[in-house]
Amino acid sequence: MPTTASAASAFADVTTSESALRRFLHGLPGVDAVGLEARAASLGTRSIKTTAKAYAIDLAISMIDLTTLEGADTPGKVRALAAKAVHPDPTDRTTPTTAAVCVYPDMVATAKAALAGSGVKVASVATAFPAGRAALPVKLADTRDAIAAGADEIDMVIDRGAFLAGRYLEVFEQISAVKAECGDRARLKVIFETGELSTYDNIRRASWLGMMAGADFIKTSTGKVAVNATPANTLLMLEAVRDFRAQTGVQIGVKPAGGIRNTKDAVKFLVLVNETVGEDWLDNHWFRFGASSLLNDLLMQRQKLATGRYSGPDYVTVD
Amino acid sequence: MSDQNRLSVFKTYKLYVGGKFPRSESGRVYEVQDHKGKWLANAPLSSRKDARDAVVAARKAFGGWSGATAYNRGQILYRVAEMLEGRKSQFVREVAHAEGLSKAKAAEVVEAAVDRWVWYAGWTDKIGQVVGGANPVAGPFFNLSTPEPTGVVTVVAPQESSFLGLVSVIAPVIATGNTAVVIASEKAPLPALSLGEVLATSDLPGGVVNILSGKAAEMGPHLAAHQDVNAIDLTGADADLARELEIAAADNLKRVLRRRTEDFTGSPGTDRMTAFLETKTVWHPTGSLGASGSAY
Repeated sequence: MPTTASAASAFADVTTSESALRRFLHGLPGVDAVGLEARAASLGTRSIKTTAKAYAIDLAISMIDLTTLEGADTPGKVRALAAKAVHPDPTDRTTPTTAAVCVYPDMVATAKAALAGSGVKVASVATAFPAGRAALPVKLADTRDAIAAGADEIDMVIDRGAFLAGRYLEVFEQISAVKAECGDRARLKVIFETGELSTYDNIRRASWLGMMAGADFIKTSTGKVAVNATPANTLLMLEAVRDFRAQTGVQIGVKPAGGIRNTKDAVKFLVLVNETVGEDWLDNHWFRFGASSLLNDLLMQRQKLATGRYSGPDYVTVD
Repeated sequence: MSDQNRLSVFKTYKLYVGGKFPRSESGRVYEVQDHKGKWLANAPLSSRKDARDAVVAARKAFGGWSGATAYNRGQILYRVAEMLEGRKSQFVREVAHAEGLSKAKAAEVVEAAVDRWVWYAGWTDKIGQVVGGANPVAGPFFNLSTPEPTGVVTVVAPQESSFLGLVSVIAPVIATGNTAVVIASEKAPLPALSLGEVLATSDLPGGVVNILSGKAAEMGPHLAAHQDVNAIDLTGADADLARELEIAAADNLKRVLRRRTEDFTGSPGTDRMTAFLETKTVWHPTGSLGASGSAY
């Protein structure tokens, strides 16, 4: 199965003009909102216990992009986070590492140095995160800086203003340009900020737009707005990557981000993945959680399973 | 409508956790009977997950409650007494049923419980002077010891004294700024569950007191082993259970108030408060000692 090749060629005809692209995106089947939410809710009722739960917890830890995206980030904080990514639970070295550490571009070098040799990747947000309100050259420069500093993955935001105004081709070309900047050096995650797209139909259109433009990952949100990842919008995006692979043979990753705070929620998302796209995606190369506080809850649950005693916040880091 | 046609409205007794009144997560209930074996109501049979949720609520409330001024805590405890006074008739009835007392005897018990809240309300801003103080030290320092709350305290409430005993174990825990997870008397939980309603209307922040009904033997071991519980009061545990819980509690060095029989009608003293206090001692430099032996 092809894994990283761009699918741009398969859709060359629909991306030639604004009108053709609009016709294609608006020709995607409409989303049954009630059905989608009911499906997501019913999959959320699965009971995952004992060995399955232990497996899910370790898998979820290995899928976390441990994130700090604050104006107040310091090199010290990034180094502390990196140390946590490598050894999430210092008292139990069997704990898997997280997938990546996600920081602003100016912190990439610090994170890279702190993670050297650990196998944990460095992801950097770019393209005028979180608003995405900047000219394309600025966005490309932002991306270039992050990659030059050693970022393995780039999390870009789309221009929601252009998308909502119907200028799909502009969004497409911006994603393509950033993808070209990443080349083979970094995997590209495209953030749609689903909370700002208003409708499920828009989320489906954005997903296809991002995948056609060469995204390696599609990501729900920045974590900076009121509505972040929900089971329903993540399910919708999982369906999009499933359909995209069926059509083109290209596998795309999914990353829900923001608002996933406890183990129960994380396990619900893993159930969605398994039931929608199957085991091929149950790997941190194809599915990620953008989260920070989630890790502590996963660690407390892991300690509970290991010792039989409920753990507490005194036994995980404050970050 | 005439009285004969009216259907009586029964109360659903529910837990009190985090300022809310949930049913047990497990959906289980058990029958509560009066002293003659007559059915009174169904009470929730809490599971270990209810206990876990209660600890989370108590931990969340701890910062605000321990940080409140002692004066403010005193006012709130006094408010609890006021609210209880207003609902005396309900508690007299429940205590009479639960413990098989006459109306007059039950009224005495409830009045004693109201007075107990007032007693501890008065202590909130005085315990510091009794067990803390300035220590004379041989150096240029002010040396001050102050009592600090321990944290989240699990309380196994007395089995027999379902109301006065209950108040006598909860009030000292929260008076000093701790938060409590209480396992009510298994046999007579109704006065405890109703006390939750009083606490909810007394300006007591949600989560400071969390009341669970059910089996102490089921929830106790999980709470005693819980890493986020700082202390445990074993007053209402039977001998075997108390032994088991003390062993489980040793793992993270919880403070343990050992099981004991107590006459709750007597003067309460301060030892239930001091059992859940820790002493913080601070050295303030005052500058070097002068030739006279003192800098001030």
